[in-house]
Amino acid sequence: MEKKQYERPHIIKLEAGMPGKFGMRSESLPVTHIDGVSVKELTTNFGSPLFVLSERTIRSVYRKALKSFSTRYPKVQFAWSYKTNYLTAVCKIYHQEGSWAEVVSGFEYDKAIANGVDPARIIFNGPGKSADDLRKAANGGSLIHIDHLDELYTLTDLAGELPRKPLVAIRVNMDTGIYPMWDRFGFNYENGQAWDAINKIMMAGKLELVGLHTHIGTFILSAGAYGVAAGKLADLALGIRQKFGHDIRYIDMGGGFASKNTLKGSYLPGSDTNPTFDDYAEAITSALVNSGFRPDNLPLLILETGRALIDEAGYIISTVIANKRLSSGRRATIIDAGVNLLFTSFWYQHPITPAQGFSQYREDNTLYGPLCMNIDCIRESANLPLLNKGDRIVIHYTGAYNLTQWMQFITLRPNVVLIDEDSKPHVVRENEMLSTINGPEKTPPHLA
Amino acid sequence: MKINENLAISDNGFLFNPTTGESYTVNPIGAEIIEMLKSGETQERIISRLLDMYDTDKKTLEKDLHDFSDILKQYQLLSEDE
Amino acid sequence: MNKPVLNIGVTGLNAIDSPGPGVAVIRGLREAASFDVRIIGFAYESMEPGIYMHDLVDRTYQIPYPSAGTDVLLSRLEYIQSRENLHVIIPNFDAELYSFIKLEDKLMQMGIHMFLPTQAQFEERHKVNLSDFGKKYGLDVPLGKAIYDSSEIFGLQNEFDFPMMIKGKWYDAYIAYNMEQARTYFNKISAKWGLPVVIQRFIHGTEYNVTGLGDGNGNTIAAVPMRKQFITDKGKAWAGISIDDKKLLSITRQFVRETKWRGAFELEMMKTNDNIYYLMEINPRIPAWVYLAVGVGQNIPEALTRLALGKETPAFESYEVGKLFIRYSYDMIVDRTEFEKISINGEL
Repeated sequence: MEKKQYERPHIIKLEAGMPGKFGMRSESLPVTHIDGVSVKELTTNFGSPLFVLSERTIRSVYRKALKSFSTRYPKVQFAWSYKTNYLTAVCKIYHQEGSWAEVVSGFEYDKAIANGVDPARIIFNGPGKSADDLRKAANGGSLIHIDHLDELYTLTDLAGELPRKPLVAIRVNMDTGIYPMWDRFGFNYENGQAWDAINKIMMAGKLELVGLHTHIGTFILSAGAYGVAAGKLADLALGIRQKFGHDIRYIDMGGGFASKNTLKGSYLPGSDTNPTFDDYAEAITSALVNSGFRPDNLPLLILETGRALIDEAGYIISTVIANKRLSSGRRATIIDAGVNLLFTSFWYQHPITPAQGFSQYREDNTLYGPLCMNIDCIRESANLPLLNKGDRIVIHYTGAYNLTQWMQFITLRPNVVLIDEDSKPHVVRENEMLSTINGPEKTPPHLA
Repeated sequence: MKINENLAISDNGFLFNPTTGESYTVNPIGAEIIEMLKSGETQERIISRLLDMYDTDKKTLEKDLHDFSDILKQYQLLSEDE
Repeated sequence: MNKPVLNIGVTGLNAIDSPGPGVAVIRGLREAASFDVRIIGFAYESMEPGIYMHDLVDRTYQIPYPSAGTDVLLSRLEYIQSRENLHVIIPNFDAELYSFIKLEDKLMQMGIHMFLPTQAQFEERHKVNLSDFGKKYGLDVPLGKAIYDSSEIFGLQNEFDFPMMIKGKWYDAYIAYNMEQARTYFNKISAKWGLPVVIQRFIHGTEYNVTGLGDGNGNTIAAVPMRKQFITDKGKAWAGISIDDKKLLSITRQFVRETKWRGAFELEMMKTNDNIYYLMEINPRIPAWVYLAVGVGQNIPEALTRLALGKETPAFESYEVGKLFIRYSYDMIVDRTEFEKISINGEL
C-alpha cells in the first residue's frame, strides 16, 4: 500500500477574531521557483542560507522606473546608489542600463572607478569626504555634492592647486511636510543656509555650481513631499539665474522612494499602498514643469533611487533548523538566516513563503534566526504552513541594503547567486571561509 | 494518558468539546491520533500504526506526537493518568 | 411586471453592539421597489451574526482580511464569482474600501459593479488629511494633526489643549483629559491601527449625523440628517431621530457638490453652542443606521445599487421628519453544525 504524505498533527482552538483559512495571508502560497530555477536545486548547488538576485527583475523594474519619468520629462538620468547594493555584478547591470554611479565614500568611489564608470558620471555625496577624496573626485571631473560649510571651504582651498575647476552641487534639506524631517545633511532651505552657501560658491568663483541636490528621507510614503521638494529646488535654481545669470545643469532629487515592503505597524500591505514610480514621477515632474523654467531650458533630472529599484529583485532562501514551542504554547521556528543577513527585518515585515507544497493547515509562528542572540528575530508573527526541519522558505524583497549592511557576526556569510535572464544561476560573491576572516589578522610573535 | 471521551470530531476536522464548549480544528492525522487515544491505544501502538500509514520515520513521529500531546494537555483535552 | 433579480455581495455582517452596516443595507435591498435580490454575505469571522440570518442572507463566504492584500482578496472573489454570478458588491468597512477601490476595474471586468468613492476622494477625506480637506472645500473642521511619535503630543499641548481627541487612522477614538491619558491612547491606537495617530481639538457641542449618496457629478441623490437619541458606551447610536435642519442639508450638498462625491457617505457633524457646524469625520460608506433613511423614504442601498449598474437614479426630494430608529438585539438559536461549516469550509 502506498503510504500517505506525512504532515505533523496539528490542532488549533477556534477563537473569535481568529482568521479562518480564508483569512489566510498571501504569503501562504508556496514559491517553489525563482525565475524558473527551483529553490531546491539552488540550495543543493549553492547551500543554505542563500542570497538570490534576479537579473530579470533588476532590469524590468529599472526600465519601468525610467519609463515613468522619461514619459513625463525630457531629460532624466538615474544614478545607481552604491550603498544600497554594491556587488560588482549588480552595479554593472545598472551601468549597462545607463545608470551613473552615486557614491558616499572614498571606498565606493574607488569601486565605481574599478567598475569602469566614467568619473564624470559619478556623483559624490555624503558628509564624510576626506581631502584626498575631494581631490580625487575633483580631478576626475566627478560631481561633488557639498554637505556642509567645512567641506565647502576645504574644497575651495583645494581648488587653487587643482588643474580644473571642481564641479559641485549643494545638498539642500527642507521641510516637505513629512516626519521626520531630515535636517542633518546639507544646507537648510527655510532658514536661508542653502541660499547663503550658493552665494559663497558663486562669489568665490573657485567652484563651478552645476547642480542642486536634495534627499528628503527614506521610505517616503507620500509622493506629494517630492513635489514640494522639487518646487523648492526649482525656486533656488531660478534665484541663481536671476541673481548671477547662471544656469545650473541638473536637479538631483536623491532617493528615498518606498519599495513594496511593508513597514512594521502598517495595517495594509506595502505592495498595495506604497506609492508607485508613476506617483513619484508625477509629483516631481509636475513640480519642475510647472515651475519658472523655460521649456527649452529645463535642467537634467537626476534620481538616486536605490531601494525601490532593487528590493524586489532580492531573495533569501533559508532552511528550517528546528521547531519548538514557547512557554505560551506558541509555535517558534528557527531558520538558518538571521538578522546578520537580514538587517532590514528590524523594520519590515518581509513576506515569507514556503518553498514546497502544503496542506491548507496554518499556524502562527515566530521566526527566529540561528544566532545566539535575543534580537535575532526575523518575524514576530507569520502565518505559515506546518513546517518541518529541513523545509525551505523564501524571504522576499531583500535586495536593498542587506548585502551592504550584513554582519559577519559569529558565522560566515553565504553565497550570493545572480540568476541571469536565461535562468542560469551565477555565483557573484562566494561564501566566506575561515581564511576570509583570519586572513587580514596579525598575531604578535609572543602569541603565535 | 486519558482523553476526554465526549469529544466529537466531524469528518471535516471540526472538534467540539461538550464539557467546556470550546471548538477546535484539527488536521486529518491529528484527528486519527485523537480517535486512537479515545479507543485506548498506547503511545507505542499509535506510533507503529501511523508508521504503517504515513511516509515518515519513527524519530519524527515521536517528537511530533509528544508536541501534539503537550498541546492537547494545554487545551485540557488530555490529562495524565491519575 | 417581473422585477429583475440581482445577486448582491454585502460585507459588514457583524450586527453586534458596535455594528457593521451590512444587515441594515441588506434590509434596504430586500425592500427595494425596482428589483429583487439574492444576497451573498461576505464575512471575516465565523461569529458575525448576519451569517446565520437565513431570511436575509442567502449564502455567506469568508473573505480574507484587508491586511492580506488585494491579490488574495481578488482570487477569493474570483472563486465566489464563479459560483454566484454577482452583479454588485457593496463593501461596508472603512478598512476594506482601499482594497475594493483598487480592484474596481478588475471586478468590473468580471461583471461586478460597485459604486465607490475614487481613490483621491478616499484619501483626501481621511482623518489624517481632514484639516487640508476643510480648507480646500470651505468646510469648518476641527484643528487636527497627524503625529508619528507620542512625544510630539507635548509640543502640541498649547495648540490643542485638554481634553483632546486621539484617533486611529482607521478606527477608534478616545478623549484624553491629560498627558498621561493621551500617551496611553496613542500607544493603544498605534499598536492596533498603525501610524500616524490623529490629534484633534475637542469640540463641545451636539452631535449630528447625515447619511447620503452622491452621484459622482456633484449631485446629492440622498441625504437624511439624524440626531442621536441614545448612545451606547461605545459611542454608537442606539436610537436616533430624523430631523429637518436646513443648514446640515446645505453643508451636505456643498460637500457633495465641491468634492463630486461618488457613492455613499456619512458625515459626522458637531454643532457648537454658537451654531457653528464642524465636520468631524467623513465616513466613505453607508453607516449602520442607514435603515432609518430607508424607513423615512430614502432607500440609499437601492439607489446606490442602481447607480452602480448605471441605471437612471433620480434624487430623493424629501423624507419623513421625526421618525425614530430604535435598535434592539435579538438572540438567534444556531446549530453547532452551522458554525462548524463556516469555520471549516469558509462557506455557509
